[in-house]
Amino acid sequence: MEVAEVEAEVEKKATATRSRLIVRLAALLVSHSTLVSVVCCLAGLIALLVLPLLAKNTYISENALLPGSANPVLSYQHVTQANNLIMDIMSIADVKEAPDIEIPKLIAKYMEILGAETYHHKFSQPQNQFHPLYFFSSSPNSPPTLANLSYGTSTVGIIRAPRGDGKEAIVLVSPYNTQNAGGIDASASASSIGLAFSVFSLLSRATWLAKDIIWVASDSRFGDHTSVSAWLNDYHNPNFIGDASSNRIFKRAGTMACGIVFKVVEKERREKYEDRDVVTMYAEASNGQMPNLDLLNVVHYLAVHRQGIRVRIGMFGGLVKSHLVRVLGEVMQQVGRFARSLNPDWRFEMPSSEYVEGTATLASSIYSQALGVPTGPHGAFRDYQVDAVTLELSPRFSLKNEHTRLAFLLKGGRLIEGTVRSVNNLLEKFHQSFFLYFLTAPNKFVSVGVYMIPFAFLVAPLPIIAASLFNLTSNRNPWRWLHTAKPLLITHTWSVVVTLLPFYISKISDLPSTHCMLTWAGGSLMALVILYIVFGSPYSKHVEWRLLKAVMIASVSIGLCLMSIINFATAQIGALFVVPMCLFALPIRVKTNNSLIRSMVMTCNLVMAVLGFPVTAVALMQGVIKGFGTVSILEFWDSMKFLWGWNSATYLYLVLVHLPCWLLFLHILFHPCH
Amino acid sequence: MGLFKSVNQLGAWGHFKILGPIIIYASVLSVFPLGSSLWFLDGERFTSGPLTGGGVMASHTFLSLLLFYLYSFHLLRPIYCSFGSNGFETTSVPKEEEFSEELLLKPLPDYKVLAHFHFTSISPPSSSNGKHHHLFPKSIAQLVKKYKIRELELSFTQGRWNYDRWGASDPLSTANGKPPGVELWALFDIPTKEEIDATWRNLTHSLSGLFCASINFLESSTSYSAPLWGFLPNNGDLRYGALPREAVCTENLTPWLKLLPCRDKAGIASLLDRPSIYRGHYHSQRLKLRSDGLNGIVIEQTLSVVLQPIDRTSWSMHQLFKKSLTGKCALAKSSKVFLEIERSLVSQNENILELVGEADMVTNDQRDHSTIYQYNVERYSEHEALDIRVNWKKLLQVSFLQAPLHASRFLMGSGNERGSIAISLQSARNSTKGLYDNSKNCFTRVVILQVVPWYVKVYYHTLRIYVDGAIRDAKDVVEKINVTPSEDKVSPGTLEMMLQFPCGMMSAALILDFDKGFLHIDEYPPDANQGFDIPSALVSFPDFISRRIYPDSISSPLLQSYKGRNIVKSYTEVLLVPLTTPDFSMPYNVITFTCTVLALYFGSMVNVLRRRVSEEERLAKSKDKRKPGLIPLLISKISNKVRGIKEDSANQSQSSEPILGPKVVFKVVLIALIAVLGHYFFNSS
Repeated sequence: MEVAEVEAEVEKKATATRSRLIVRLAALLVSHSTLVSVVCCLAGLIALLVLPLLAKNTYISENALLPGSANPVLSYQHVTQANNLIMDIMSIADVKEAPDIEIPKLIAKYMEILGAETYHHKFSQPQNQFHPLYFFSSSPNSPPTLANLSYGTSTVGIIRAPRGDGKEAIVLVSPYNTQNAGGIDASASASSIGLAFSVFSLLSRATWLAKDIIWVASDSRFGDHTSVSAWLNDYHNPNFIGDASSNRIFKRAGTMACGIVFKVVEKERREKYEDRDVVTMYAEASNGQMPNLDLLNVVHYLAVHRQGIRVRIGMFGGLVKSHLVRVLGEVMQQVGRFARSLNPDWRFEMPSSEYVEGTATLASSIYSQALGVPTGPHGAFRDYQVDAVTLELSPRFSLKNEHTRLAFLLKGGRLIEGTVRSVNNLLEKFHQSFFLYFLTAPNKFVSVGVYMIPFAFLVAPLPIIAASLFNLTSNRNPWRWLHTAKPLLITHTWSVVVTLLPFYISKISDLPSTHCMLTWAGGSLMALVILYIVFGSPYSKHVEWRLLKAVMIASVSIGLCLMSIINFATAQIGALFVVPMCLFALPIRVKTNNSLIRSMVMTCNLVMAVLGFPVTAVALMQGVIKGFGTVSILEFWDSMKFLWGWNSATYLYLVLVHLPCWLLFLHILFHPCH
Repeated sequence: MGLFKSVNQLGAWGHFKILGPIIIYASVLSVFPLGSSLWFLDGERFTSGPLTGGGVMASHTFLSLLLFYLYSFHLLRPIYCSFGSNGFETTSVPKEEEFSEELLLKPLPDYKVLAHFHFTSISPPSSSNGKHHHLFPKSIAQLVKKYKIRELELSFTQGRWNYDRWGASDPLSTANGKPPGVELWALFDIPTKEEIDATWRNLTHSLSGLFCASINFLESSTSYSAPLWGFLPNNGDLRYGALPREAVCTENLTPWLKLLPCRDKAGIASLLDRPSIYRGHYHSQRLKLRSDGLNGIVIEQTLSVVLQPIDRTSWSMHQLFKKSLTGKCALAKSSKVFLEIERSLVSQNENILELVGEADMVTNDQRDHSTIYQYNVERYSEHEALDIRVNWKKLLQVSFLQAPLHASRFLMGSGNERGSIAISLQSARNSTKGLYDNSKNCFTRVVILQVVPWYVKVYYHTLRIYVDGAIRDAKDVVEKINVTPSEDKVSPGTLEMMLQFPCGMMSAALILDFDKGFLHIDEYPPDANQGFDIPSALVSFPDFISRRIYPDSISSPLLQSYKGRNIVKSYTEVLLVPLTTPDFSMPYNVITFTCTVLALYFGSMVNVLRRRVSEEERLAKSKDKRKPGLIPLLISKISNKVRGIKEDSANQSQSSEPILGPKVVFKVVLIALIAVLGHYFFNSS
């Protein structure tokens, strides 16, 4: 604002004086705001598209990890033992009446033979309750209700490091489903347990351990995440009141250094021929938190360079086939080639296929971070500041054949053994490498310093535009923006009401999601009408549309910057929607000289009014990523429920930043222009 | 009467024993007359005489010997008397220095073996040789004398004693279980607190030099505490400190072995093969000394290792240590190897253990908890080494005597801000039934000693006690409590608590909340760290005494020590508190950033404030009204130079144009183009 005032002063004394260079530069920027904003937005978009080119190769930053420095010692003996366990589990699943009781017992028996301390951890399904501001409370501590008839049983085994001091522990998690023990992927599920057991039996004899090992064979009947998060909650925040017997048996092993979740997934015959075993890494935890990059690097290094396993990370298949991306890839390749011909030192040439894959992976990485929902059980660890990763191993051949199963277990087991050994070597916490990054390939990443640039470009024009608009208004009172505070206040109050409404809707039980959605929409509309009746129309005499737009832009830029601190990826995607809305907003009734530009801007405005609505925006995002066939607008309620179920801050962003922005945009669009 | 009896019993052999060393010394003197003055510098009696001439010296020595012989009787007299009158049970006070070596082997239920080396050196209160010692380590004697130590224990431990499996209430495990790292405590014979603290500081430095360990870190007042009754009842003359992070290695063992008269060259200590003993699952090396006017100084040097035999079902001494025991240390009074077998391993019907080799003596303790097989090392030689072999006939799961409550400690909460320490006590499942009745009048007393470093700011008022799943008022449970709150950067917090639990209790938990403090920048370790340690808490049970009484026919300092009234106690785990770790390169970045921003802000602010705008306007009007801005001026200058036009005309044309006219833009683009092309051509060539 100060700049704008100074600028106004300058205008007054147009030619009389010359002020300081910096002030004049600011004034210059404000006076050419349209040009600046167009250039900045274009630069932001281009920088975003160029990100796959700027990705660097990963490297192991922490020297103490020493991955692969010791030869793996997991042998066929361990694997055959594990195979016995697998056979036993399969036979129980086939024969016995209650596999959900027998299998944990069996696993515990096997653990005890190895000399591990074992116990069973019982947990029930948590109530999916809506807590609008749950995101801000760090320790979710709700008393467990075992009164629920159905509960899961995880089996936990602890190996104490022979010469260690027991201060730290490494957690291995292998989910399995007792409910589906006889099902299609039963052999894969049992193989996860077998894989964990083979590693565990090796570690129980290892003399080099410095950290204790905890193996959690988690019962995934309520989903992989539930069991792990219930166990972690009991580990960190035990409940001493009530049934003391569960506390009595619960054993602990110090501060957690790292969590490794692995499961075997046997996919049905893929179209694509796989020439190797594949491990898929999932790293995104809640609200875009990532484990230390070193952990992923170690897994990648050991898998690729030691065990010859192919490493994958999440990727949007749809984007690989997209023509637009392919064309972009070609353009990038040409530009890179041209730049290289100009100066051989400019080496950002990239084959178009690689660019396409990089873009698809990057899009998936940004999307999963932006969603704020963990992609696997490792997310539960991150809630307690423990670095963790989920590894999904899929074998090349069917696991039904015993020979291929043994070979696969040996390979997978050696990968996990190596990872455990590396983490065991660690003298300090994971701190050396990056925590804020996007992945464009399993071994390529974009660090925070690079991926901030597009966002900065997108957000930079907002204050400039706000200043120039403020300057253009006819009213010369420096406090004139206060008149527009009222509509702003109304909109934000409304958005808070909309945020809290689902809490009351979810109290009404047994409502189908369509009804919930309609109730929510109806309630919101009513709230808006009531607010207008109470506070009066937003279009009062003093509210100029330019002022309204300036205030809207200011509030949006604050919201975006705040969100970029909480979850950067959400802010990044949000900026792509919100910034054009802020820049293009123009009342329909406003009169301009150039009718061509006016009609273009109006078309853009109408399109954005539709697409900018959070419901359609979410549907659009999902359509781009998953294909438009499956998307329906009424699914919005479900996706929001999904978001708040995971305490995602993205929900708050959508309702508290995006929605008011859209409403203000509509206000401007239908401004009477007195 | 007692005096005469004992003296008579000594007989001629006893006379020789006293005379023996003196005669040896005399002969040494006569052989090395020149070096002699150096040899006996601290023996006052000897240096007083003229030691230069050979013949004169011999006669003088003889005289002084005679004198000394008589005098020694005079010295020993009061001790003999006191021994006669006072039934002191521990050790009979010898009139000369003594050394004995023992090894106790004990099979553990998880097929591991506990090897407990026990070396005792005794120095009588006033040594027959003045300040000189011939068996007793002189460095220790000096330490005791200088620092007026009444009792001291120093332990170096690696690994954790498994109280669940290896036993918790027998004297051996009560003495063996030590917290990881270094633990040091000492009782001083000094009246004032300030002097004790000063002495403690000196003591830590001396020990640190003596044992090649960083015990000197215990010097700082933030690392030691003075518990009044939580550790040992005392009058404030006890100091206790622990360093959980200290690593233990051969570097610490070597100086420890130097205190033994035979080092590891002969006798039982020769079994200490470094790779074998450091491969163990638990390794605890200790030095314990007691000193008083009555008994003199007694040092117990013990080394306990838990070894995993290669073959689980059968092991022998040779397999365990990779060395064989071929004889005793010549200077040792007694040299014995014991094999202790717990009663639970010898079940009612069948013996699951089989011993190979014949023991010299087999005895049970009074309450029949264990059987001791004794082997005298003297009988063995190079040709026939002592090799005890044990075979397990059957593998089964048994457990040794448990403590009444199993203690464990853990941290609750997550994040860098706050957390809680929880101490959980659980009754040992099997032993509860037999030991207690559930009547209302039965209580178990538990004493907890917890020392917390100052950067973990414990709020003692948040103490919550849960008994069997219900919260209990602290008044009902706490019998006695002594809290010394921590003082930032000065002293650690100490919590001593005596609790009373009903006997039928199954589990209890104590919770204390804490805030994590901020360290000063130079208190952080140089690198990003793992976290900070909270030393082990000590949980002791004053109502439970671990003692084993063996028949008096076995004379052994080790088994003697079993007879003492040792309170059952156990140490909890060390905790790791992750504190906020600043990235020390970050402040640099932040400082540079903020400095830039501040400089810009304040620069422009000051500029605005000190400017008098109207004045300047007037000046500008009067003086160079038409002076162009910096950038246009520069551009015009450059373009003038390029085009070679006179400055005046350019100035005039410039002033009439707006700042960013199309001409200027064109010029800028032109120059940029020239620059790019130039760059390209220069690089390509």
